[in-house]
Amino acid sequence: MSGVDSGAVRSDHRTILGWIRSGTSVLDLGCGNGVLLELLAREKSARVQGIEVDEQAIYDCVAKGLSVFHEDIDGGLTAYADASFDYVILNQSLQQVRRLDDVMREALRVGKRVVVGFPNFAQYRSRFQIFFRGKTPVTTSLPFAWHDTPNLHFLTISDFALYCREKNICIHQVSFLGRKRSVRFFPNFFAHVAIFLISSGRA
Amino acid sequence: MSISNAELRSDQSVGIVETQYYRFADPPQRFVLESGEELGPITVAYETYGVLNEHNSNAVLILHALTGDAHAAGRHAGETRPGWWEEMIGPGKAFDTDKYYVICSNVLGGCKGTTGPASINPETGKRYDLDFPVITISDLVKVQCRLIDALGIDRLLAVAGGSMGGMQGLEWLTAHRERLHSAIIIASAARHSPQQIAFNEVGRQAIMADPAWRDGRYGGNPPAKGLAVARMIGHITYMSEGSMAEKFGRRLSDELPSHRFSNGFEVEEYLRYNGHRFVERFDANSYLYITKAMDTFDISRGRALHHALARVKAKVMLVAFKSDWLYPVAQSREIARACKLADVDTTYCEIDSTYGHDAFLLEVEEESHLVKHFLIKVSQQLERV
Repeated sequence: MSGVDSGAVRSDHRTILGWIRSGTSVLDLGCGNGVLLELLAREKSARVQGIEVDEQAIYDCVAKGLSVFHEDIDGGLTAYADASFDYVILNQSLQQVRRLDDVMREALRVGKRVVVGFPNFAQYRSRFQIFFRGKTPVTTSLPFAWHDTPNLHFLTISDFALYCREKNICIHQVSFLGRKRSVRFFPNFFAHVAIFLISSGRA
Repeated sequence: MSISNAELRSDQSVGIVETQYYRFADPPQRFVLESGEELGPITVAYETYGVLNEHNSNAVLILHALTGDAHAAGRHAGETRPGWWEEMIGPGKAFDTDKYYVICSNVLGGCKGTTGPASINPETGKRYDLDFPVITISDLVKVQCRLIDALGIDRLLAVAGGSMGGMQGLEWLTAHRERLHSAIIIASAARHSPQQIAFNEVGRQAIMADPAWRDGRYGGNPPAKGLAVARMIGHITYMSEGSMAEKFGRRLSDELPSHRFSNGFEVEEYLRYNGHRFVERFDANSYLYITKAMDTFDISRGRALHHALARVKAKVMLVAFKSDWLYPVAQSREIARACKLADVDTTYCEIDSTYGHDAFLLEVEEESHLVKHFLIKVSQQLERV
């Protein structure tokens, strides 16, 4: 086992790790090279499964001993029965899916709880870049140039909270992360990244 | 891709190997086939590489494709050509013979040492030919069960195969689920599509249209032309448009055109050469029986596919190749989807290869990486139990 000391754990991963109960089942949509899933399997004894579109990332996941499906998120959820997983994770992947509404609905159907993590487009650095420089922002959490970004949706914390209200989605926990520490005040202005723990509210 | 070369020690081989034979269903016993017909005695040609551990828990069964045989790795004494999956089986390779006891057997109905239509029927003293009963993929796998019984193996660490080998793997997974811990299914299908059946039927028609076929009673004078054409069709379906363009282009062959309408293109010469070479090593009736077994195979047996996979506890790895149009990725995705619904612990990978169906024998680097780490994980989970 490659021993990862907790200091090296990404702050968003640490937040998610804190929310997931031990011994549960987790589906990570857009699991990348499987770092979070490996952590969850090791530290939370979670039964983990990933979906990832990038072939190289699949090889990394398999090398970590993870079970992964090589496919895109947009079509990857339909096969699962309702409430198949205790948690479905959409960390830094929601903004990249084509049909966001469908993916959200499917994630909330398949997972008893859903974790959504995304870069906050209304963070003050982004606002300043648009307002004063008139340019599409490039920041720590949104590091891509306008012509070379995998992101299809640019959303803010307020946008997502409103979206949840409109769709009758229950918000159970939220965490707002800055560059170094969590953000307590005016998160829509200061937070780089937001993470929500939500559910359809039916269960 | 960034898979390190240190992972692959392709220079290592299992060395000189010998085919062994196991015989069962001697009279008065008979082996009952899925059709209800009986057959016996049955000889199974097989090879093993590596050492069976003291718990008999490190056995991996390799399942060959349509025209494969038991000789999967190493070399036979006096021969230069290695086994058909030499790049994947050996010390330090994907199927690591330092760790695993690797078994490969020729399928029932084959012509490489296992009982098939070209074998002598003990009741008549002559070749079975078309008296050989109709066989199914399920029969092929039941014969393999008898072999691993004889080898003292209760439960396989893994079964692995591509194409028709993958079909046998699916049959193992569903019909003998208590006898394996994992299955590696490469470039395969839960059932043949009309297109796959159509290509097999053209191959069969080519054999039967050859006057030398003589209703299967050709003895020592096989329907060479028909079998060669069947193989040529096969070869076309194993490649991709891209890989053919790359391999042959419109280059002309050095050989003189063999018939009036030949254009002398390299691709024509390649097909003719491989067609004729195939006749030397394969029996035409075996081709008919085995392709029929492939075409009738349907793991779902009329149910929804995920019902067939219900209660499968084995871990599954599915691999498909993007340019494979004979066993297109959609067929592997269908299995992957059914595995999700049946809650089977599954990994699915689509390798971006240009080789077409042949990729399962050629994309060694990617396949090795996947298989190697998958088997390590399966072994670890076994140790923990």
